[in-house]
Amino acid sequence: MATETTPKIRIMKGAASDLSAATYQVHDESHTMGNALRWMLMKNPKVEFCGYSVPHPSEPNIQIRIQMYDNLSSLQALLKALEDLDNLCETINDAYAESLKNDDYEKWDEKS
Amino acid sequence: MDVDSRRLVQIGAERVSHIGDTEFPGHYPNEDHSWNLDKFREKLTVQIQRLSQRSIEFDLVGVDASIANAFRRIMIAEVPTMAIEQVYIFNNTTVIHDEILAHRIGLIPLNVDPTQMDMKEDGAPPTDRNTIEFQINIQCTHNPDYKKGSSSPTDDELYVNHQLLSSHVEWKPVGEQSTRMTDVAPTNPNIVLAKLRPGQGVEMSLLATYRLHPNIIIKSPIPIERADEFSKCFSPGVVKINKKKGTVEIDQKGMRNDTVSREVLRDPEFKDMVELGRIRDWFIFQVESESAYKPEQLLPEAINVMREKISTMREAATALLKAHGEGGDDDVVME
Repeated sequence: MATETTPKIRIMKGAASDLSAATYQVHDESHTMGNALRWMLMKNPKVEFCGYSVPHPSEPNIQIRIQMYDNLSSLQALLKALEDLDNLCETINDAYAESLKNDDYEKWDEKS
Repeated sequence: MDVDSRRLVQIGAERVSHIGDTEFPGHYPNEDHSWNLDKFREKLTVQIQRLSQRSIEFDLVGVDASIANAFRRIMIAEVPTMAIEQVYIFNNTTVIHDEILAHRIGLIPLNVDPTQMDMKEDGAPPTDRNTIEFQINIQCTHNPDYKKGSSSPTDDELYVNHQLLSSHVEWKPVGEQSTRMTDVAPTNPNIVLAKLRPGQGVEMSLLATYRLHPNIIIKSPIPIERADEFSKCFSPGVVKINKKKGTVEIDQKGMRNDTVSREVLRDPEFKDMVELGRIRDWFIFQVESESAYKPEQLLPEAINVMREKISTMREAATALLKAHGEGGDDDVVME
């Protein structure tokens, strides 16, 4: 294995110079983040196209392709999607904690 | 329950249609489907249904499959737990081969809270902060108390230690572990790891799913004479029959237990009377915990893991943005 550490995110060859269309290779991620990010990016009206792939099952990489309208920066869109996804996680966490604390649900004894 | 048809996955006799979510910007004219946190918060429902000491069932309504799936994937594969990684075998005369026995031992769930320990990096030396040590030492012998006479004696009568159980895995506290932790052991003491016979001995040093909420609509009244047959097409508790009034209804609470077997669509009379579906954004999570985590802790842990992933990616993306901004054609142009 190479001694230098692999960067977490790498812009792959062939990206537009203004990053309005680029493929990002994300190291050590899988469908978990790939599909969630893809969905969040598609929720952005400035994004023309977004898709992700896992190029090979035994390589711990995913590739996310983002193409933008109006020559906007796809990197900015990626950052926005990450921030939105974080807010979404926080919202679900709060709603879950609230339900666990205040809701009236069945508690039962399960034998292992 | 009246569900918007856009939220339904339709289930026909031979096919399933309308699987994917279509609410994206630009899909429907004059509708705004861009990401909106306030709207999301309004539509989101998280409701816990049942809780026991080792499992939880909760509904997650109003999220996309990609998000629900991310949580499921993290819960089954990425929430850290403790497991036996290295097994040194000094003596194993059982019929179970060394490597198979080692593998079986690796699968035993332990009751150690992973947050109390550090992750052991590759090649790092073991310390009392990142490693827990166990040992196994049993020997099977004939039972000296057994007297001949019984025509079919059980193993328990004949032998001592004829089974290697997870309760034989004995914790050896190292360093400050004896003060920091108590009663480290497998969560279940009755897992059979190997069977032994006299002369054999061992000495060593040592789940989440989800589904979509079903939706059943009766389009035209079901004839009361065939009500029982209709009811048998579904899981128990789904169909409500009122013999006095002569009505057949779907129980709105019992509906969640239906398996959507489509049996009803095989009946020539019934097939046009009902419509089957699943609600695309209504996830029924069933989480079982076999580790040190309480079942209700697993989703928050999964969300933490997800947010950590997000923050590492954000750092990397911000760094990339800076690096690109320096050499790129940004707003400050000096010529």
